[in-house]
Amino acid sequence: MILRNHHRILVMGLTGKQGTMWGRAMLDYGTRIVGGVNPRKAGTTHLGVPIFASAKEAVASRCPFDAALMFVPPLAAKDAAIDACEAGSKSVICLAEHIPAHDVMEMLATAKGTGSRIIGPNTSGLVTPGETFAGIMPAFNSDVFSPGEVGVISRSGSLGTLVCLQLTAAGFGQSAFYGVGGDPIIGTRTRAALRMLDEDERTRAVVICGEIGGSAEEEAAEYAGSMDKPVVAFIAGRTAPEGRRMGHAGAIVSGTGGGYDAKRRALEAGGVAVADLPSQIPQLLREMQVN
Amino acid sequence: MANFCEFAAKPLLKEAGLRIPRGEVVNSPDAAFSAARRIGPCMVKAQVPTGKRGKAGGIIAATSAEDARQAASAILGMKIDGHEVDALLVEETVPLQEEHYLSVVGDPGHGGPLIIHSASGGMDVEESSAGAPNTVLRFPVDIAAGLETRALAARIADAGVGIPADRIAEAASALYRVYRTCDAELVEVNPLAVLDDGNVMALDCKLVVDDASLHRQPELAGHAASDHASPLEAEAEAAGLKYIGLGGSVGILANGAGLTMTTMDAISHFGGSPANFLEIGGEAYTKAKTALEILLRNPGIRSILVNFCGAFARTDVMAKGVAEAWLELKPDVPVFFSIHGTGSREAVQCIREELGLEPFERMDDAVRAAVLAADGPAG
Repeated sequence: MILRNHHRILVMGLTGKQGTMWGRAMLDYGTRIVGGVNPRKAGTTHLGVPIFASAKEAVASRCPFDAALMFVPPLAAKDAAIDACEAGSKSVICLAEHIPAHDVMEMLATAKGTGSRIIGPNTSGLVTPGETFAGIMPAFNSDVFSPGEVGVISRSGSLGTLVCLQLTAAGFGQSAFYGVGGDPIIGTRTRAALRMLDEDERTRAVVICGEIGGSAEEEAAEYAGSMDKPVVAFIAGRTAPEGRRMGHAGAIVSGTGGGYDAKRRALEAGGVAVADLPSQIPQLLREMQVN
Repeated sequence: MANFCEFAAKPLLKEAGLRIPRGEVVNSPDAAFSAARRIGPCMVKAQVPTGKRGKAGGIIAATSAEDARQAASAILGMKIDGHEVDALLVEETVPLQEEHYLSVVGDPGHGGPLIIHSASGGMDVEESSAGAPNTVLRFPVDIAAGLETRALAARIADAGVGIPADRIAEAASALYRVYRTCDAELVEVNPLAVLDDGNVMALDCKLVVDDASLHRQPELAGHAASDHASPLEAEAEAAGLKYIGLGGSVGILANGAGLTMTTMDAISHFGGSPANFLEIGGEAYTKAKTALEILLRNPGIRSILVNFCGAFARTDVMAKGVAEAWLELKPDVPVFFSIHGTGSREAVQCIREELGLEPFERMDDAVRAAVLAADGPAG
């Protein structure tokens, strides 16, 4: 999904410290938060919205929602995500890092059955600049995000922030920021996000912020080859040593793949312009006739 | 990554119903001698949590107890892939017909477990399978339904492997049980020996348990081998920080894995060499002070680049931590800042007021300055 301001968001963990801080920021920005979830505070109100015991209870209490946003710690994430899927949430945005991989696979299996889309885990969320955001990105910082026509996909929140900042400084606003997440096993892979941005009418070009590890960039490159919209990429980790996990669980080059060179070659073969540094991205967009 | 040595992983396979050779763990040549007298012809195998032990000379066949003693003296104390060998597995030599490869791994592609089998295991299965990809069978498992052993056996039979396919499917079922009960990232048996009588046996086992699950695997947690290449890395981890030494001269303090890697890449791009990966993103973003202390303990550092781009992480909190630590530690190293994102106005103000330094407007300029300072005359 490309997040729009009509989308109704249920925030699981809204009453917690981070949920409250970011919940307030989202409400201020215009995000349509319709309710929160905390089993111990069901029946109360927080930040002006009702709190339910579960996502299913929210639906039963006539509080329908389009997406669930999870401020839920790693060990509780599986149950929360399954609750959201079974409640019929079309999208479930899972922010937590360090969720056991087996739990993630179980979440994805449930989502498959209920037809839900899981975004993340270990994502910093979605931003539609000037309109709405769901997650932990500084959408409200106008140095970083500005409305425009470049879609940005990132495995990393910090790198995504840097790239949006540099795009904004160069006069390129963003149609959407899509945080896919830094875990090796995630619900929405770079290729799927690329497809959504390709189909989005407001998006004229896409920037992929990839990193070493896995094959997300190679898969996306294949799709990029079929696109008319220009795609620019930066891949972090060119200088990372093999066999070491670079912070993100998914960022590791192993004997069998995940290396920088193969990703770059695949992207270039798909017609993607690959930047050596994030600061080169605006220039590459200009060279591809985006302005 | 929580890697397990062969001797710690194999009993788990046995519990799950897969045969393993008789063996004993020893720590001295004399103990190897005694073990070999009980076992007979044997393999003497270095117990370090890394592959390529054979190529490094860490696995030696012994036909007599005296051979085993000599093999043990040769292997003990060896360094393989950074790990010093202090334990050996003395294991019976098994006459075999074929060597297969079998593993279970989490597959990002379908978002669930994947069984991988190849009838040509033994050595470098990646290399041999690259030449003949059709010999590798990939069987995705629906984690909700569990492994359907019969369906797998049928697939293996279709692939035309020469031995009873159900034996391999049963072995896969045992691996899958270990994979699930241990919260594993990877369970790999290479080689899976096909014996003269048609049965199969695990001659080796690689087990990697998901770090994020170790807290709910208390029995396993104690047996995980350390994958720290240096004491500094271990110390950082104890403090909840991810530090990786890279051997260069420009120290890095950044938030978030993606930005930290990007900072390393940018330093190289401008002709410098990164000294480390040190990330203080996620929940660790308030630990800037500890991070700086760890960074400064690396004697190779000639300049420091602080690169913050706050999304979840608040740069004002991180900058305050760095400024306080800097004033306390008074390091004799030039430092350069690039600060953007959440809380950046306060953060820039803080660095200005506390340290009298002006953060760079553009990240590239901060990187250039740090590289230049590191390349300058020492002292």
